[in-house]
Amino acid sequence: MNDFDFGKPIDILLIEDNPGDVRLTMEAFREGKVFNNLHVVSDGEEAADFLKRKGAFADSPRPDLILLDLNLPKKDGRALLAEIKSDQDLRRIPVVVLTTSKAEQDILRSYDLHANCYITKPVELEEFITIVRNIESFWLSIVKLPQTE
Amino acid sequence: MKKRQEAMKILLVEDNLADIRLTQEVFREGQIPSELFTVKDGEEAIDFLRRRGKYAGASRPDLVLLDLNLPKKNGKEVLREIKSDKNLAPIPVIVLTTSKAEEDVCRSYDLHANCFITKPFDLDRFIAVARAIEHFWFRIVQLPRPAGGQT
Repeated sequence: MNDFDFGKPIDILLIEDNPGDVRLTMEAFREGKVFNNLHVVSDGEEAADFLKRKGAFADSPRPDLILLDLNLPKKDGRALLAEIKSDQDLRRIPVVVLTTSKAEQDILRSYDLHANCYITKPVELEEFITIVRNIESFWLSIVKLPQTE
Repeated sequence: MKKRQEAMKILLVEDNLADIRLTQEVFREGQIPSELFTVKDGEEAIDFLRRRGKYAGASRPDLVLLDLNLPKKNGKEVLREIKSDKNLAPIPVIVLTTSKAEEDVCRSYDLHANCFITKPFDLDRFIAVARAIEHFWFRIVQLPRPAGGQT
């Protein structure tokens, strides 16, 4: 349903500091239907460097989709979201907030900051994998993502 | 995954009568109780969202499905107005259009559309897409509730 099914893989940037969640997300995406590369950074500053191709990330690809945790070391996920969505160049990249928080204020604040959607991570393992698979199938097969360069 | 008792309120902004009917059917037969409101042009969409004129008693939608090519006020203009209005900005807007022009895709995301979906021409695929929207946005995603809880 989108034009990415053949050809270049979809680049996804996962911004997550919990190693267990990183591993599960990688597994779920590896088994997905759409050819994709999952890149992982574990704090907000690294994420900003990746997106702006600074330092060690000079050659990083521009991601087609971002999965963002809110509670991150160094630079908080909320601050990073605000930065991405107010940047003329980066703001069109869809950002899926994926966090353990289900606080009403985090949900509302994320949408205010123009998160593309907000998803609470389930605690239960099977449910977590189901959620990640749903993100994969909706964003990579149903939605039309903006093309990167 | 989220469970909500009350019906999800959807505002469909669409001028094509066949697409309206089909979308109504899909959501009526859906897994999740929902109430679909339909407006057929961009000005009506804004009136509905701002509760003006005959829409003074309108509900605040949980989700907006927005076509881009609309009479009176086009979809991009509607999107810009929603996403620059502090009160309306948190409502997720799904652009659902026949267009697959890269310019429309990029412009929509730049204007903070929550996602962009090209309507498939094929009937079964259209139904599958509508079901996917229903499932993802009402079962997987946490939708915002406005502060103060007004509905």
